[in-house]
Amino acid sequence: MMRETTLLIVGLSAVLVTASLVAGFLTWRARDRNKPGLVNLNQRIQAWWIMVALIAIAFFFGKDGMTVLFALISFAALREFVTLTHTRRSDHWVLLAMFAIIIPIQYWLVWTAWYGLFTIFIPVYCFLLMPAVTALQGDTERFLERVSAQQWAVMLSVYCISHVPALLTLDVPGFEGRNLLLIAFLIIVVQGSDVLQYVFGKLFGRHKVAPSVSPSKTWEGLVGGVASASLLGAALSFLTPFSPVHAAIVAFLICLMGFLGGLVASAIKRDQGVKDWGHMIEGHGGMLDRADSLVFAAPVFFHIVRYFWTV
Amino acid sequence: MSGLRDFCFRLLRSATSIGLSGLAWAITGVRPIWMGSEPSERQRIYFANHASHGDFILLSACLPEQLRQRTRAVAAADYWGKTRLRRFIAEDMLSSVLIHRTWTEPADNPINAMLAVLDQGDSLILFPEGTRNMTDEPLTRFRSGLYNLAVMRPEVELIPCWIENMSRVLPKGHFLPVPLLCRVVFGPPVRVESGEDRHDFLKRAHAALLALQPRPRGKRK
Repeated sequence: MMRETTLLIVGLSAVLVTASLVAGFLTWRARDRNKPGLVNLNQRIQAWWIMVALIAIAFFFGKDGMTVLFALISFAALREFVTLTHTRRSDHWVLLAMFAIIIPIQYWLVWTAWYGLFTIFIPVYCFLLMPAVTALQGDTERFLERVSAQQWAVMLSVYCISHVPALLTLDVPGFEGRNLLLIAFLIIVVQGSDVLQYVFGKLFGRHKVAPSVSPSKTWEGLVGGVASASLLGAALSFLTPFSPVHAAIVAFLICLMGFLGGLVASAIKRDQGVKDWGHMIEGHGGMLDRADSLVFAAPVFFHIVRYFWTV
Repeated sequence: MSGLRDFCFRLLRSATSIGLSGLAWAITGVRPIWMGSEPSERQRIYFANHASHGDFILLSACLPEQLRQRTRAVAAADYWGKTRLRRFIAEDMLSSVLIHRTWTEPADNPINAMLAVLDQGDSLILFPEGTRNMTDEPLTRFRSGLYNLAVMRPEVELIPCWIENMSRVLPKGHFLPVPLLCRVVFGPPVRVESGEDRHDFLKRAHAALLALQPRPRGKRK
């Protein structure tokens, strides 16, 4: 594990240094240094430094660090989601419970590795009890819309994201004590796929995948990004219990899920008439703008590993 | 002895101010948006829409610390002066200016209390609607205090501030906040034009504040 961690840190630092140097060179060569695209590129890379540093710190603290970090990410994501939805004064208690009860309980279940309850707490108990509490408030105005938005908010921001630290609870034979590397694999492949799709899209993008949902998603970006990220997954198979071929297949599947996550997030944003979820991460937008692909990829990755690699 | 007492109260106020601003940021991620005005040492009256007890905390959290020390909120004496605890919170912790919304004695005239603060050189946060807005209207009618202050102290800048979402974070009747993202939009200064009467000025100030309202989030196009 020590060897892999060192390789990871060296590798990521090398990628970030290269990105910073390239961006610095482009800025230095550019005639107009305040061109929005360039400013955004530099902001994005700076934010990446901070995000990688934060994840590295959490990594160092192991299970506790990861659980707390992803609980905080859920908090930020849920706050962005609920801000964007229609709420009424009578929703106050349900909204409060989402932050003050559902997030802590879900992450406590992850931390104690209580798989049976962790997988059903939100889809069964919260699903049934939240609309019941809303109904008891007696306010039926736009009821279905309000309770649906609340369900979506906790499913995406809490339930799905909590599957990242839940990877630490899986027992993969011959892989004991190294589960943190599964998180590293998931995050690097999915976020790498986002970056590669962005790069391929900028360089070769012509044909839009879903022009009415997102103008920035192109077939060229999708194919190039997902293919190269799958190769990246194969190259990272030394982090995982997978063979290189299996790693490429798993990487392909989670990149595809990540793409769909971005697409759904774009559709929600478009429906609500906003461009970004928030402003938390300079150059990227809100937490959900960065995490939307991880939201869709994490549960699928968790269940693939659990089904095929655990006993 | 009184020196020590003063020191303790000053310490309490700074700690409250920094603590509450930090808390406001942690819960709402509040961001100031300066559109037509900038943070400045100039003496000002910040006037804002009002729907929640959190409004004034959110607004002051958007000011730089040294300006916040010199900016005091105007609060209703009949609410904040009601119990010793409320008075302690309002006056000693938040250093608000308590005014009487209904008064008969000339000494209770709210204008005097507000002018006294302005004459010390401090800025004010004022909610010209007079009370928390519980209607479906985004902004209710303004009381005349804003006009009177503007006429009596024409050198003080009047800055409209639109507080977004705070009524969803902490609605009237609740004391636990729901974490939602908030913004405060600071607009260009408004001043009384020569020959403008009370009614016209208040209407214009009202419109200037309302114009800062971003398209409400969570509402369809």
